[in-house]
Amino acid sequence: MFVPCDRGGGSASSDFKGFTLLMPAVSVGNVGQLATDLVISTLNMTKVGYFYTDCLVPMVGNNPYATAEENSMELSINAEVYSLPSKKLVVLQIRSPFIKNKYRPFCQTLLSWVKSSKCARVVLLSSSHAYQRDDEQLLGTPLRYLLTPDLEKAVGGLMQELNWKEMEKVAAYPRINDTEKVLHIPGGGITKLLFTESCSKGIQMAVLLKFCSEGDNIPDAFALVNYLNEWLQLVKSEVNTSSQWKIPSSWRLLFGNGLPPALF
Amino acid sequence: MATFFGEVVVAPSRAGVDDEESAEEAREETPEDREIRRELEKKREIDVLWTLKSGASTESSADEPFVCSKFIVAIGHNAAAFLSSFILDSVCWEVVGVAKLWNEWCRTSNTTNVLPTDSFCLFYRLISDPTVLLCQCSCYVAEDQQFQWLEKVFGCMRKEDLQVTILSTCPVADYKTQESTLTLPSPFLKALKTKEFKEEVCCPLLEQPNIVRDLPAA
Repeated sequence: MFVPCDRGGGSASSDFKGFTLLMPAVSVGNVGQLATDLVISTLNMTKVGYFYTDCLVPMVGNNPYATAEENSMELSINAEVYSLPSKKLVVLQIRSPFIKNKYRPFCQTLLSWVKSSKCARVVLLSSSHAYQRDDEQLLGTPLRYLLTPDLEKAVGGLMQELNWKEMEKVAAYPRINDTEKVLHIPGGGITKLLFTESCSKGIQMAVLLKFCSEGDNIPDAFALVNYLNEWLQLVKSEVNTSSQWKIPSSWRLLFGNGLPPALF
Repeated sequence: MATFFGEVVVAPSRAGVDDEESAEEAREETPEDREIRRELEKKREIDVLWTLKSGASTESSADEPFVCSKFIVAIGHNAAAFLSSFILDSVCWEVVGVAKLWNEWCRTSNTTNVLPTDSFCLFYRLISDPTVLLCQCSCYVAEDQQFQWLEKVFGCMRKEDLQVTILSTCPVADYKTQESTLTLPSPFLKALKTKEFKEEVCCPLLEQPNIVRDLPAA
């Protein structure tokens, strides 16, 4: 599945032992993917490989993080891996939706890659439909976290200190039987599947998600990436929390082209 | 992201996984379900048949990978028509293969004597240089078939020293640019190339944030 890039570094550049794997779930508002874009762009991460997979819709374009003419001509596809060894961080960016019925095989292959590459833990950035919140969730922060039992032991205390809110479980049969609670992440794509599979496979995984709706999701992406930063401290926290992240050049024209002058 | 005017959202759900779909999967699959799924998968399989020198057709998997120096692939009606009008003729090119497939949008014709309006996927070879191959693919290859097409077609050829050129078209309305697309002189050419491609490209490269999807991207 993982195909390393041909670089001078050889196999060293694809040794992720002990690294934190950061990745998005394709979810409502694409917030996880936008937040991942901000991380890759700001930390100027190097591409170390890609996933050769039949599970995602194919797409290709030129380098979405281009800053100048010289680096704008590298091809970029739907699932690529970037690394920053100094922070022991490896990032998987997913750019296209799943092909029907293929999300399960993808999750299985992904988790076995996580195990075989010996990543220490996985942080999954995701989102969930804001309109599905109950009365209590409508108040307070729209950001939530989840930890698999193995990671709970390691960082559960830190989450308490940060005053983070754990994602609430909901009744499996509302109004019929309120005692049986299940995890429900509507609009979260593969989030729930990856989380439950990681729990059963003993993988250390954290899910960071934001309640949001479709629209201009750039502010949601900033909120999510700042939430992530409270924990992982990837960049120095500034007072103006949006200025520390670099917006990639591919975010241009998210809302369409210029207007035809003939309109006026 | 919300859609803007002019964007065509193909996916039914941005989340990538419909809630109904995941609920369906959670149910135990009965033997009947499995059988139905297998039949559906078989129906969506792509068959690539190559015609050998002797004229006999044979399944692609039985052959040795053949040597190919240049492979030109035209995807879509416009690109296929371009090849028919300007490149292909019965004197210099011979049909050496056909891909047969079915999906909700099209079924490929059974003959190799196709009309421009048919859906087909044919492979031609340059008679004077048999390492030059050409493919006209005017049928729509669905998302779940694209990877299979790729593996079955490229699986038959030697990939060392192979140069692949892909010709395709996209609507101007999909092109993202600072100005309005109404004022753009169209049609116009843009290119994407791998870093291994060292020759001159005959037109400007595709600027961010434009992308290519489906079979040309695969």
